[in-house]
Amino acid sequence: MEMDMTQYLDVFLEESKEHLDSLNQCLLKLEKDTGNVAALDEIFRAAHSLKGMSSTMGFDDLADLTHHMENILSDLKKGVLKVSSHVVDILFQCFDRIQIIIDQIETIGSGDMDNRDLIELLENIKTGRNEVIALREEELPVEPVINKTSNQSLAFNQYDITVLKEAVSRNYKIYNIKITVDPTCLMKSVRAFMVFKAIEEDGEIFKSIPPAQDLDEGNFEKDFEIFAITKATSDQLRTRLSSISEISIEQLEEININSINVIPNSREMSNVASGDQYSAGNNSSNHQAPKLKQTVRVDVDRLDKLMNLVGELVMHKGRLEQIGLNHSLNELNETIEQIDRISTDLQSVVMKVRMVPIEQVFNRFPRMVRDLARDLKKDVNFIIEGKETELDRTVIDEIGDPLVHLLRNAIDHGLELPQERVKQGKTPQGTVMLKARHEGNYVYIEVEDDGRGVDTEQVLAKALEKGMITSYAAEQYSREEAMNLLFSPGFSTAENITDVSGRGVGLDVVKTKIEALSGEISITSKLGLGTCFRIKLPLTLAIIQALMVSVRNEIYAIPLSSVDETTMITTKDIKMVQHQEVIMLRGNVLALYRLGDLLNIPGETTAEEMYVVIVRKAERQIGLVVDSLIGQQEIVIKSLGRLLAGIPGIAGAIVAGDGNVRLILDITTLF
Amino acid sequence: MKGEIKAKAQVSSNQESVQVVAFNLGNQEYAVDILNVQEINRLLPITRVPRTENFIEGVVNLRGNIIPIINLHKKFELQATGEDEDKRIIFFQFDDLKVGIIVDEVSEVLNLSKEDIEEKDNLCASQNAPHVKGVARVNDRLLILLDILKILEP
Repeated sequence: MEMDMTQYLDVFLEESKEHLDSLNQCLLKLEKDTGNVAALDEIFRAAHSLKGMSSTMGFDDLADLTHHMENILSDLKKGVLKVSSHVVDILFQCFDRIQIIIDQIETIGSGDMDNRDLIELLENIKTGRNEVIALREEELPVEPVINKTSNQSLAFNQYDITVLKEAVSRNYKIYNIKITVDPTCLMKSVRAFMVFKAIEEDGEIFKSIPPAQDLDEGNFEKDFEIFAITKATSDQLRTRLSSISEISIEQLEEININSINVIPNSREMSNVASGDQYSAGNNSSNHQAPKLKQTVRVDVDRLDKLMNLVGELVMHKGRLEQIGLNHSLNELNETIEQIDRISTDLQSVVMKVRMVPIEQVFNRFPRMVRDLARDLKKDVNFIIEGKETELDRTVIDEIGDPLVHLLRNAIDHGLELPQERVKQGKTPQGTVMLKARHEGNYVYIEVEDDGRGVDTEQVLAKALEKGMITSYAAEQYSREEAMNLLFSPGFSTAENITDVSGRGVGLDVVKTKIEALSGEISITSKLGLGTCFRIKLPLTLAIIQALMVSVRNEIYAIPLSSVDETTMITTKDIKMVQHQEVIMLRGNVLALYRLGDLLNIPGETTAEEMYVVIVRKAERQIGLVVDSLIGQQEIVIKSLGRLLAGIPGIAGAIVAGDGNVRLILDITTLF
Repeated sequence: MKGEIKAKAQVSSNQESVQVVAFNLGNQEYAVDILNVQEINRLLPITRVPRTENFIEGVVNLRGNIIPIINLHKKFELQATGEDEDKRIIFFQFDDLKVGIIVDEVSEVLNLSKEDIEEKDNLCASQNAPHVKGVARVNDRLLILLDILKILEP
């Protein structure tokens, strides 16, 4: 089962281009100043991110190349290897290759590329065989160029070769046929079609130059070339083809499978065989470019400005409505109605532009987890919760990498092998949970596993060994403090450097990134029972659902996430228990608080009937008395600014549709 | 932007003068340095913010930005005078802080020369509050120069 990754492809492409840019820039810096540690760190991180992203997306060749690059970079960082022009050259070649792969992914959707040449170079650096590099550098194909000339005709990629070998092993023959169509021929496409027909009587057209679609549409000069897989002999083919008029056979020869060159970039080639007959039903032979979503990256500041302007528009529309009421001009009022509709739509569109469900990030994980689990021979039950939670676009873009790190950690370090789990009386299948939810002013994302947990003894020993702490300090560390060492730069408990995790770039990168989003990350762990990483992100611009209520002359928004239900009561329902107003709700006693009194709202409530909003504060239900319920609304939280920060009970403000400011209640600090 | 403001300040100090916005609060005239004034608006709908100090009148929506409004009448214990029609909100922009104050009337923009300004060290104690920068004498008028940031300090 191939997962549909196309919707994440554009994100991947954009991000990888950014990483590539920074790789190139920093390597240039490093080349000028070989002692530039910051540049080296940045290259390392960018390469690491690129590796993570590409393996998430299943572009294994790219991941493999970056992995080998990372080995070298790691040596440079440690000082085992000196930054020399050799190394820099080769790294630049790698970056160029990555560029080619990314371009190829963008154009034909396939990241397949044979990077053995570069990987060999990288390996050679590691083993110090520089002479070999010098020799080989000359003949390096920096960019595999494919011409349309005939000597390029035997160009296949790795996958094609596999298919062909499979065919040969089943006693099929492979022919390379070149056909020239008579220049006077009016319907070239028909001739091409007839050629195809003739061959497909008992065989398949495996490839054609130009691609079959172009041949069908007549988009070719006068000659074309095909590769056929058939059981027919060359004479049989020749006879059949000669019966077609207006064409001549330039060449018809059987190909020896072993003489075929592998050309990694087979952009000019088109695979027309269904493939099923020869391959194991792999549909990737379909080279149609995936439909990319058309996106434009916009500076978030501009979106902010746009949103503010729309808010202003809505406010003035409100004034216009007032004027309309005063003058009762039909035409004016009709126009105002139109403006009303448009501005409402505009407002909701602009608000939503910034918000993206976290699903977009989460959905690319199951595949990664599966592959990872298989590679590490672990049995993982991967559970995702709350993927509909909406997050600011800026956060979504940034949160992917840290989560990849955490999930990898959970699977690689956290979960034990099935046998080990059974020994400890656990189920052989480990569980990894990825949860997201809104809570108060924050979004929480948790990565939880039921694996072996953090062994703080081991952590301390490691930190000691790395000279990060003194032995005296080690004795003083509490369990929490010891666990927090995991977030220190350069710390990794993994014994082996694997492709998966453990190079010491893991958790400190995660922490830096989360803090850059003004979030927090914490870890809780029980030895033998599991580990939970909790990321807390501020909800500065998140859209939430809120219940709008009015009390006397004021209107407040209560986040729906803290509302359990609402009910209507009369003064007779209120009882006094020890100077505390309470009501009975389905047998439960609920403490009642009047919002008007809590917030000193001027005026008096005299109505017999009132509404109670049942809110939840730390698992306790409390009744909040309001005058009336206005309705449910999607709101964008805005900060009250530095001057008014931290008022208990107030989480922020919104600009309501009428342009007025309304305050959002923070239930956890209201009482 | 900052360079620009500095440059302007430089110019004004060269000419030994400072541009101020003059306004009325109660029966007293005040003035603030124009460099921090972002704009002057008519009264906007103000939303009361509970659980704050009493001189915080509330917040307004200024083109999508939520800005706190200070009521200097309450802060200085003055009686509001004049018509609502004349009342204005002066919006200030400091580095990372935007704030507005309600005034009874904005009278004019004045160029004060340094000689007109009496530094607060020379003033009598009753006027020597931290938020007063000094007093300016223009013809027979007395203007109290305010430091808005100092007013906001607790």
